[in-house]
Amino acid sequence: MDKFRMIFQFFQSNQESFMNGICGIMALASTQMYSAFDFNCPCLPHYNLAYGLGILLVPPFILFLLGFVLNNNISMLAEEWRRPQGQRGKDPAVLRYMFCSMAQRAMIAPAVWVSVTLLDGKCITCAFCTSVPVETLGNASHPHLSQGEIQQVLARIPCKDIYNGQQLIANEVAVRYLRCISQALGWCFVLLMTTLAFLVRSLRPCFSQAAFLKSRYWSHYIDIERKLFDETCAEHARSFAKVCIQQFFEGMSTDLVAARCHLPRKTPADAGEAAEKLLGITDQGTMNMALKSWHRCKPPLHLHPPVLPAGNGWAGEGKPLKHPSASQRETAAYYSWV
Amino acid sequence: MDRFRMIFQYFQSNSESVMNGICGLLALASVKMYTSFDFSCPCLPQYNMAYGLGIMFIPPIVLFLCGLILNRQSLVMLEEWRRPPGHRKKDPAVIRYMCSSIMQRAMVAPVVWIVVTLLDGKCLICAFSGSVDPEKFAGFANVSTAQVQQLLAKVPCKDEDELMRNNTSRKAVSRYLRCWSQALGWSILLILIIAAFLARWLRPCFNQATLLQARHWSNYIDIEQKIFEETCCEHSRLFAHKCILHFFESMKQEIKLHSFSLPREGERAEGEEDLLQGITDQDQVNKLLKTWYHEKPPLDVSQAHQRHPLVRERSPLPWADSASTHSKFPQHTNV
Repeated sequence: MDKFRMIFQFFQSNQESFMNGICGIMALASTQMYSAFDFNCPCLPHYNLAYGLGILLVPPFILFLLGFVLNNNISMLAEEWRRPQGQRGKDPAVLRYMFCSMAQRAMIAPAVWVSVTLLDGKCITCAFCTSVPVETLGNASHPHLSQGEIQQVLARIPCKDIYNGQQLIANEVAVRYLRCISQALGWCFVLLMTTLAFLVRSLRPCFSQAAFLKSRYWSHYIDIERKLFDETCAEHARSFAKVCIQQFFEGMSTDLVAARCHLPRKTPADAGEAAEKLLGITDQGTMNMALKSWHRCKPPLHLHPPVLPAGNGWAGEGKPLKHPSASQRETAAYYSWV
Repeated sequence: MDRFRMIFQYFQSNSESVMNGICGLLALASVKMYTSFDFSCPCLPQYNMAYGLGIMFIPPIVLFLCGLILNRQSLVMLEEWRRPPGHRKKDPAVIRYMCSSIMQRAMVAPVVWIVVTLLDGKCLICAFSGSVDPEKFAGFANVSTAQVQQLLAKVPCKDEDELMRNNTSRKAVSRYLRCWSQALGWSILLILIIAAFLARWLRPCFNQATLLQARHWSNYIDIEQKIFEETCCEHSRLFAHKCILHFFESMKQEIKLHSFSLPREGERAEGEEDLLQGITDQDQVNKLLKTWYHEKPPLDVSQAHQRHPLVRERSPLPWADSASTHSKFPQHTNV
């Protein structure tokens, strides 16, 4: 379990590592999807090509876009691209680096799908069965079949159970031929992708390595800064909420004491932690009023400083600041970070 | 177990992660439901379409509602929407943000069901086998109109009779419909992914500042609600503790008043004495339990109101003058 935790933490350590993990999972998911998908060639002349090429090309496109959608960096990239300059200049090299790194990772799952499809062979067999060279592989001199009918017969090659053109061209011959071409294409594709990846990796340091290091550093920095900012905001919201609720309860009990003047509260003998924790609410009526007030009349988002023990601070007499300006004030504090 | 705890903690780290986790679980559940569901097309002319389309659209509605129910944020959003403004103005941008985030997460499982249904093809074959043009398929072209509908309706059922089982035209119709169903499924997936991509890419171009504010305050409302509940829990624990201590105190006093037993010889340790609260034999315990059941103490732990229990029942209720409650007895909690 320790090993697992280490792996988990490693992948979480920054967005790039996390994306590498997602990328691997998506590549596995793409093979799983392919094997779970029930390929079903229509075996009709014009539908075959559309279906075969559709299955070859549309899912990779979907996986590519999915790779972008799952990457949190995309909104970071767009944000960095669109933000006003302010006091921090924008570096286009950083944006380019971020985009390239995202695109590279997003390309892996589609490449896996295309390779698996080509190596399996069903798609190419379905798409190009009507283009099989009947002259060389079969019996082209078979009489009394018009071009349209030949197309119809050839279109049924992938569907063994309804194939009726055994005299024209043997089913196994055609399938083997098409599969051979498909697998050759598949291996060429894999070779091409691997060579490209190798070249990109090995030739990168030959070109402007210093600029590359800089872009990489600052793109990590932007990522970390955004995460820390989100964490700080969450912490701040938590502390804000605690103090707000505490002041709400204090205000409630002060209010009620002011209202019912016929019962002077004796300071209890054990006026210690427990009394404090009871927040001044010691009976059912007060609690009910507090809960009702919480729903009907939430306290303003404005924490007053913790002084005035004898003050009437919450009698509801016109709090000077309301929600929007409180939020503006908070927002100004956030923006001054940047 | 450690692994599960870690995954669990990761998802619990903030409420967005929790919701993403629930969303993912619902999507997996929807796939599992589909694979374990035993689809059985009725193969009758009028019933096919109703059954097929019903299976395609009703479970997604159920899954959507489940997604809304299981999401804690929908209650928070409703509360924020319906509360009176009071001292805190309502920000419609926050409510809109919360609503859109809830909807997006709730839509995932229904979409997964529909896509899986279309990629599998059984539903569409069942629903639309009667609507296929019989001229396109050799086996059905020369059959009378009345009979062709019956035959087409039987296409999805492979095992019905010997005649249909190996019929090439039946298989051709089945393949044709399946091809359309899969094409439709992939197209829907493509459109949704493009929409998601554009939404993510273009979102920062519009009103990024407002979005940051709306996100922050919606998070805040969530946290505030949680902390309020925790505070109330803490408070009710202490309240209950004090209430019960007072009860034991008053029982102890009552017993002292009524019993003339000799003062106990020897001293127990102070701690033990405290714990026993002066109740030291079976009769006293029985009396205490009976009183606890028949006459629960009032919900009031301020020192001013701790008197003798018999006297207490006759004193006026301290909150009778406040307009908030209309409870008749102290035992009912009108929270």
